[in-house]
Amino acid sequence: MSTRVRIDVDGRSIEVDADASLAAALITANVATTRTSVRGEPRGPLCGMGVCFECRATVDDVPHVRTCMTRVRAGMRVRTGAPAAAPLTAAAPPLARLDADVVVVGAGPAGLAAACAAAQGGKRVLILDDNDGTGGQIWRRDAATPAATWRARAQRLGVLVESSTRVVGVHDERSLLAVRGDAARVVGYGALVLATGSTERFVTFPGWTLPRVFGAGGAQALLKSGLRVDGSRVVVAGSGPLLLAVAATWARHGARVVALVEQAPAARVRAFARGLWARPAKLAQAAWLRARLLGVPFRMGWWPQRIDSAADALRVTITDGRRVAALATDYVACGFGLVPDVRLAAVLGCAIERGAVVVDDEQRTSVPHVFCAGETTGIGGVDKALLEGERAGSAAAGIRSTTSRAMLARERRFAAALETTFALRDELRALTAPDTIVCRCEDVLRSDVDACASWRDAKLQTRIGMGPCQGRVCGSGVAFTHGFAVADARPPVFNVPLSTLCGGPDSGA
Amino acid sequence: MNGDGTSSRATDVLVVGAGIVGVACAAAFAARGATVRVIERGPIGGGATAAGMGHLMVLDDAPAEFALTRRSCELWTELAPDLPPRAEYSVAGTLWVATDSAEFDVARAKFVRLREVGIDADLLDESALREVEPALRPGLLGGLRLPTEAIVYPPVVARWLLDRAGILGRPSMLFARVARIEPGRVTLDDGTVLAAGIIVNAAGVDGGTLTPGIVLRARKGHLMITDRYPGQLRHEVVELGYIKNAHGAALESVACNVQPRATGQWLVGSSRQFDVVDPRAEPRMLARVAARAIEFLPCLAHMNVVRAWTGLRAVSVDGLPIIGEHPTQRGVWLALGHEGLGITTALATAELLVDLVERREPRVPAAAFDPARCVVARAS
Ligand SMILES: Cc1cc2nc3c(=O)[nH]c(=O)nc-3n(C[C@H](O)[C@H](O)[C@H](O)COP(=O)(O)OP(=O)(O)OC[C@H]3O[C@@H](n4cnc5c(N)ncnc54)[C@H](O)[C@@H]3O)c2cc1C
Ligand SMILES: Cc1cc2nc3c(=O)[nH]c(=O)nc-3n(C[C@H](O)[C@H](O)[C@H](O)COP(=O)(O)OP(=O)(O)OC[C@H]3O[C@@H](n4cnc5c(N)ncnc54)[C@H](O)[C@@H]3O)c2cc1C
Repeated sequence: MSTRVRIDVDGRSIEVDADASLAAALITANVATTRTSVRGEPRGPLCGMGVCFECRATVDDVPHVRTCMTRVRAGMRVRTGAPAAAPLTAAAPPLARLDADVVVVGAGPAGLAAACAAAQGGKRVLILDDNDGTGGQIWRRDAATPAATWRARAQRLGVLVESSTRVVGVHDERSLLAVRGDAARVVGYGALVLATGSTERFVTFPGWTLPRVFGAGGAQALLKSGLRVDGSRVVVAGSGPLLLAVAATWARHGARVVALVEQAPAARVRAFARGLWARPAKLAQAAWLRARLLGVPFRMGWWPQRIDSAADALRVTITDGRRVAALATDYVACGFGLVPDVRLAAVLGCAIERGAVVVDDEQRTSVPHVFCAGETTGIGGVDKALLEGERAGSAAAGIRSTTSRAMLARERRFAAALETTFALRDELRALTAPDTIVCRCEDVLRSDVDACASWRDAKLQTRIGMGPCQGRVCGSGVAFTHGFAVADARPPVFNVPLSTLCGGPDSGA
Repeated sequence: MNGDGTSSRATDVLVVGAGIVGVACAAAFAARGATVRVIERGPIGGGATAAGMGHLMVLDDAPAEFALTRRSCELWTELAPDLPPRAEYSVAGTLWVATDSAEFDVARAKFVRLREVGIDADLLDESALREVEPALRPGLLGGLRLPTEAIVYPPVVARWLLDRAGILGRPSMLFARVARIEPGRVTLDDGTVLAAGIIVNAAGVDGGTLTPGIVLRARKGHLMITDRYPGQLRHEVVELGYIKNAHGAALESVACNVQPRATGQWLVGSSRQFDVVDPRAEPRMLARVAARAIEFLPCLAHMNVVRAWTGLRAVSVDGLPIIGEHPTQRGVWLALGHEGLGITTALATAELLVDLVERREPRVPAAAFDPARCVVARAS
């Protein structure tokens, strides 16, 4: 049993787990709505990882706080709904400077592996991550091996970790601007490794904006951040191997998985699974998942059509194109694969192709001194991330990599197989109705966007992608439904208080 | 058949550029019954028009500028009731803020001048200033309020103006890059030639590349926008130093100019850098813009910025717009060089251009905008 603390939510005192994220604690306490949208709809956490901004609430009088990235504190005052006024507090802390030989952005598997490799090469290494701990998405707050092993190794090697720190852009030649709370710091680097991971791809359909409908990765992240789901029902839907992981974790935490709805055709998924026999590590993972999944009804070749809120539950309508079924549930975990998070890379000027950062054999990007590893170079899972991380860290430190090129080639083939197996079917494009919201920050409808010729045109005319998430959620959605090329990165990479931008390169830092 | 394969009436007017100035001209010609085509290489309103703040303001420092901005603000007021909600038209009013007694004297002089010509204005002392705009820091000297000035969202207006004039669809709206403008004809990048008696060069900061001899300097500006903080800012707050900067020749300057958007967001500006064309936002300039704005509106320090961007203003040799027929190229008309006021002045520019084409006595004296003053003979 973890410690419990009391917090105040909209004037009501509630008891929550002390180590949960605020978003997870609120949902557990049946507060699934954190904000009111532009059109007045209730909204709640979606991504669980700090990029969608749907979980914003006013916390201790500060408006627009991401509750998924904030840990619960005894006595915390939370206000949901409309944001409070901006506070008039004292001046921001002065600009500090940090320097390291190798700076790694992202403390997921790729970032940890890169940091350890570079530290092994005798370099002073600093990792920065927006999360309040290391491990990235897959190992978020995970104490089990191999997460713990990597953490211990990094610590032993003297790798410095700056958590709850988001890198928001370039400061000057070989330095970045990073922000923690309302404090800005300049981070100078000899070499830079970008291991910023991925975000989820969302396909938009009626009901996807309802509270308690999370991304698949979002559901995973919320659970790992302390959401209690024992005794509740969940429908896991969308596409990709992440759905298996979500179903397994939720089942392990006592949830009843009503169905796992995978849009890819059964034959294609089976062929992919057979391919895993040649891959001992992945096989183990798959088998482990399957064991956990015993009892989970699979629906392959099915996909969600709409979600309605019915009394105290959600009703998910699914189809295989011919038949239709309705599933009652408390939560929906719905995601359609991952897309590399290339924003920081784009702001740095790195070449990007097909949505991923272009790297050479040693994980070098097109920009001198900048390396990239993990999901950011293409979605391929944890093994690819670890391998690439090791190679990037070694190259950044100027030492030889200890991993073989053949292993990496195999991981990249696996990544390619993932992409074809879980390619999204055309029918999904038609799920988005004219009055379906495609941009949650600004409540833009599909019909608004249909008249537009490009992502930029749509932005200018409809405000899609102009809200706090800056297209992280809607971008991949309309790239799919409308075929737009969504390339769009401007500083700041993350929302930051204006004061943190005041220390320019000529300010002495 | 026309050169581009569409069969239609002969084109009377070809407008190059679908920024706010080009579309305003196109709409004005269409309203006179002309057959108009607009050629644009990017999205409608995607140039400086997408970058600008959309503040509709009267500037009275030069008589010509005053006449043009004032007439244009009248035209905006007439247009306002028809604008769609997405145009985000709102009458927030402008608050010119004085930091010292010299600036307050400027405010007072402006007040007297504006009142004389019948423009609504209030001169405010320090406490009155804080009362009308509580977000301002204490200790400012006072200010001048122009309660009727408004704000729009320019790209939406641009598209709406075309739509209303029936120019949005094909063949009136042509998405292509223009390679050359000559009397009577426009040549596209792919070699297609389009003919018309009247050709309007409204290509913004790139106008000079299409009509050689016209020199336009780029003046880059940086802006940032915050998340939504509704109801906390009432007016567009501009420091009086802004006027000095806008009209000055300094290579680089920054002034506080903060605007309450209809969305509840705060739009934070702005900077001016001559001859910088790299579109990337520069940390150094963002830092200066942010610090200046916070100096006037301290609560901005803790407000989240969601995005920063830049835009290029087009500046003529004397800073005034270039409106009229090219002195030697008959039938080539120019609507260029609107610096930081092109959203405001687009409507009056269009009206003036049509008046000149139709050889009518213009409502706004045209001499100060005569292209002849800006054409530089090229050494061949
Ligand atoms: C929400 C989510 C949940 C997932 N859950 C699972 C799972 O349960 N099982 C599974 O097998 N796979 C999961 N995945 C896939 C998983 O991310 C990959 O398999 C692999 O672990 C990726 O490793 P990585 O190091 O490339 O990226 P990540 O693990 O995503 O790490 C990237 C890190 O970079 C940080 N970051 C990004 N940008 C910035 C910035 N500008 N400043 C500071 N920090 C920044 C992020 O906070 C993050 O911690 C999930 C993916 C997502 C998006
Ligand atoms: C930071 C900033 C803030 C501003 N704030 C304000 C304000 O508050 N109020 C105000 O009134 N004004 C403001 N302005 C000024 C205003 O934005 C401009 O004066 C106005 O947008 C100019 O409009 P335009 O149509 O002349 O140019 P643009 O909008 O640049 O349009 C020119 C168009 O021509 C097209 N084009 C160019 N070359 C070709 C070619 N070869 N072929 C085809 N098409 C071509 C371009 O793609 C572009 O769309 C601001 C400007 C900036 C930069």
